[in-house]
Formats: sequence, structure tokens, C-alpha cells
Amino acid sequence: MTRRYVLWRLVQLVPTCAGILLIGFLLVHAAPGDPVLALAGDSGDAAYYDRIRERFGLDEPFLSQLATYAGNVVRGDLGTSYTRGLPALEVVWARLPATLLLTTTALIVSTIVGIAVGVAAAARPHGMRDAVIGATSLGLYAAPAFLAGQLAILVFALRLGWFPVQGMTSARSSATGFGHLVDLAHHLVLPVLVLAAQEIAAVARLTRAGLLDELGRDHITTARAKGASEARVLIRHALRRALLPVVTVIGGRVGHLVAGTIVVEAVFSWPGLGGLLVSSVQARDTPIVLGLFLIIALTVVIANLLTDLTYAWLDPRVRYR
Amino acid sequence: MSATADEIGAPGLVGRKVTAKGRWLRAVVRRPSGAVGAALVAVVAVAGAVGPEVVARDPLAVDGPSLASPSWTYPMGTDALGRDLLSGVLHGLRTSVLVALAVALAVIAIGMVVGMVAGYRTGRVDDIAMRATEFVQVIPRFFLAIVVVALFGAGIDRLVIVLGLTSWPLLARVIRAEVLSLREREFVDAARADGASSARIIVRELLPNVMPSTVVTVGLIAAQVMLIEASLSFLGLGDPNVISLGYLASQGQQLLRVAWWASIFPGLAIVVAVLGLNLLGDGITDALGGRR
Repeated sequence: MTRRYVLWRLVQLVPTCAGILLIGFLLVHAAPGDPVLALAGDSGDAAYYDRIRERFGLDEPFLSQLATYAGNVVRGDLGTSYTRGLPALEVVWARLPATLLLTTTALIVSTIVGIAVGVAAAARPHGMRDAVIGATSLGLYAAPAFLAGQLAILVFALRLGWFPVQGMTSARSSATGFGHLVDLAHHLVLPVLVLAAQEIAAVARLTRAGLLDELGRDHITTARAKGASEARVLIRHALRRALLPVVTVIGGRVGHLVAGTIVVEAVFSWPGLGGLLVSSVQARDTPIVLGLFLIIALTVVIANLLTDLTYAWLDPRVRYR
Repeated sequence: MSATADEIGAPGLVGRKVTAKGRWLRAVVRRPSGAVGAALVAVVAVAGAVGPEVVARDPLAVDGPSLASPSWTYPMGTDALGRDLLSGVLHGLRTSVLVALAVALAVIAIGMVVGMVAGYRTGRVDDIAMRATEFVQVIPRFFLAIVVVALFGAGIDRLVIVLGLTSWPLLARVIRAEVLSLREREFVDAARADGASSARIIVRELLPNVMPSTVVTVGLIAAQVMLIEASLSFLGLGDPNVISLGYLASQGQQLLRVAWWASIFPGLAIVVAVLGLNLLGDGITDALGGRR
């Protein structure tokens, strides 16, 4: 990969991040009431308000306020959560692992299963299996995450009793070590499946389309003529190039996946960022809400960057455009 | 919740001159996906438009026995307080449709102008427009909407504004790609040679030709908007003054053990709407010979 391309993409990050920061800043200032109330809550403690005013430079002119705010955020200071009396970043940090576990597991599962299902559908296009996969994807694509979650609970937890209804660990379980991991995995299955389902549909649809496109090409005919088995043609010759658009879609869907995580966490009472976000909105704990927005936006921006770099690495034509 | 243009294959419609107006509509309905999609969209539109008046039961009034399972009198059952769920779902659907329509109008207004101008003018204007588009596309709109609810309070109006201002990039990109290819075509050259102004070329020559893919893309965006609105109100962050499908589904969540209908029917109503829009989009793309 050319160094120039990487550098150029990194430089592009600066205005993007600045823009996102500016949106958050402007929203706080556009909100009804004194911004100090948005940042400090209505505790009514005058001394505390003064401290916040000073810390965020709220008495200063608009532009220097923006500079102070940006400086604070860059240093990792997202303000203090006034419902918890802790730095916002610390509060977010404590809840992050649970969400990260859910999101990354779903991302990995949906990528692997999605590609596998796409290959299965493309192996015999317009056959029975392809039709069933196609119809299921369409349905999953249209289902809101909470419906998928509620159906999963109804069938797999309440009716069949295979998995727990909610939570991350059993309340009465005192297991440690391996037993704890098994308990955690048991609780993880349904939320991950629900979260991954829609992504699986998206990845499978795209893998299938890419494969069918690729299977019509000359090098595939050549491979077949040389006597390669159909499975070998599909996996070794066609899949490589068919996966290019899949890479883009996985990166592009990170934002979607994180939004889905919030909803799925609510359905399964998963103790992650979702519950924190919702309770913070209801308590008008702005530092937490704004901080989460900035963190998630940054995650999406970085995911997009990684996607572009991976794409450029896989397809040299992109770098020289 | 962003679908990329690659994913939906909308650019596959590029460069297909649409001659007769009604012809492609008929071609759409002749396909299974188009016919089913059009039927579902029609059902949702009618249910949202007149459903609440036809059923004429107050969705907030205690009307029957609590937790009645679906029956002739209560086709979708009742909730814990004995409120009719069918009526709730119809009112919720109306909210969904209204939000989606309002956002769609904003998306068309912004996305079409940006896409047309970027594609037609190229060069520096195109550069600036596309940078702006890329920027708006990376903003996680679901979370931006949550920030707005936290700062300004929950409400349909601000939800429409936030989603309208952040949902247009996909449309702008699709239209730009089409215009880039259309502007090199003979009929545009002919119009130009005829002395037509840029405005005339855009309105008379380009606009009719980007219509089909605009319809497809706006339909997809409307479907995403419905899912976002439902998810927000499921989390309890929706407008407290209107009934929303997500709100109904979240009320049903606690009743899952005893009354599956209370959460499943509101969810299914969204599936019908979103599935209809997606299928109709597929049908239009197919009918115009685009790739999927």
C-alpha cells in the first residue's frame, strides 16, 4: 500500500473529527437554557456551577469556549457525570467490556456465517436452498432488532428453555473460573444471534451477488475447463474477489451494529452501554450522552478508515484513483 | 443504520433512459417482488391513513378484559390494561408513516440538489459536495438523535429534523452517479446543442431519468427511518404524546411470558412496512434491468 494513500486518509480524519466535535458543541449551546445546566444538571449548587463555568470557559467568548471544549475532549476529559459524581469517561469505561463482548462476537459470527450462507446460496443459484436463504434474509432485514429478540426469547428461552431469558450471568450462580465462562457463554448466545442475524442477512446477500457476478467470468470457465471441482472453483477461484464488496459492507455497518447492540441490550437486560445511555438520557446526564456519542462516532470513523485501508490493500486500483 | 449503495445495487440503474412514464410502473407490478412489495406498501399506507378512523377505538381507553388473546373482537388481543392492540398498532403505524414521509421529503430536497449539482457541475463543486456527503454519512444518526432527545427532550418534530438532515447522503451519491453517466449521453448533448440552459437540461432531461432510482433509494431510506423511530421509542426515547410501534413493543416486553401478542404484533407491523418498501425497491430495480 502506498504510504501516500495511507497518509492522505489519515489527514482526512482531522476535519471529520473536528466536525463531529463541533456538532456536539453546537447542540449543547443550542439547547434551551444555560449550557451550564446541560453540563452540570439542575443540582442548584451555585459553587459547582461556577466551577463548571470555569472549567469549560463558559464565561469566555464563543470561539475560545469551543477551543476549551475541544482541548478537554482531546485530553479525554468528557466532563463529570452529575448523577454519579464520576468522570464521564470512567463511567463509560466501566460499562464498555460487556458491550464490546456482545458487539465483537456478533461481528465475527456474522462475518463467518454470512459468507458461508452466501456461498451456500450461490452454489446453486435459483434453487430451493437459494430461495429459502433469500426469503429468510429479506425477512431478517426488515425485522427490528427488538422483534427478533422477543421472538428469540419466546421460542428459545420460554418455550424450549435452552437459554436464559436475560442478563449476562445467572443471579444465583457463584461459579468462578471455567464455570463462570460457561455461564457467560450461555447468556451470550441469544443476544449475539439476534444481533448477528441482520448482519448475516446483509453479508450473505452481498457474498451471493458477488459470487454470481464472479462465476460468469473467463477465469472461472478456465478453472472449470481444467477440471477443478465445483467447490474448488467456488472457494478458491471466485470467493477471493467476490469478498471485496463484503469488506466494505462490514466496515460500513459498524454504526448500525452498535445501534443494534443498544436495542438488543435493552431486550436482554444486558448490562452494557445501552442501559447507561438510556438512563443518562432520562436523567439528562449530558456529559455521558455526549461522551458516548463522541466515542461511538469516533469508532465509526475509525472503522471506515480501516475498511478503506483494507480495501486498498486488497484492490490496488483504489490507491491510484 | 446505513446501507451502502453497493449493498442495494441502486447504481445498477445508471444510464437507462426512461421513455414512457407509465411503462416502468407496469413492469414493476408484473414481477413477484414488485407486486408483493406494492401490495404491502399499499396496505401500510391505507392502514396508516384511515385505519385509526375505521377501527375507531381509543387506543388509550380501557376497552375490554385485560390480556385477552387475539379474537374476532380484538384481532390483536388486548394489553395488561385491556386496551385494544389493533387500534394501538394502527395509530403507531400512522406515526411511523408520518415520520418516514416527512424525512423522505427532506431527503429528496437535500439529496437531490446535492447529487444533481455535484454530478452536473463536476470539478470543485463536486469535490466540496462529496466531502460534505461523506462527512454526513459517517455521523451515527441513531446516536445523534439520542443526543438531541437528551438535550431538547423527546419529540416527533426534532426527530424528523435530525433524521432529515442526516439521511440524504445515500440519495445524493446515487443521483450523482447517475447524472455523471447521463450527462455524457446523446440526448443531453442534443438538448445542449439545441441551446437549452443548464436548468432546463437538469429539469427536463436529467430529472425524469433519475426518478426510478430516486424512488428506490428514498424507499430504502424511509424503511431505515421507520426502524430508527421504532428503536428509539422502544428504548423509551420517543415522543410521549403519540403512540409508536416501538413503544407498544416495549410495553409488551414485560408481558412476554403471558401475552406474546402484546409485543409481537407491533413488531410485525414494522416488518410489513419495511419488507414492502424493500421488495418494491427490488421490483423497480429488476424491472429496469439493473443488477441486484
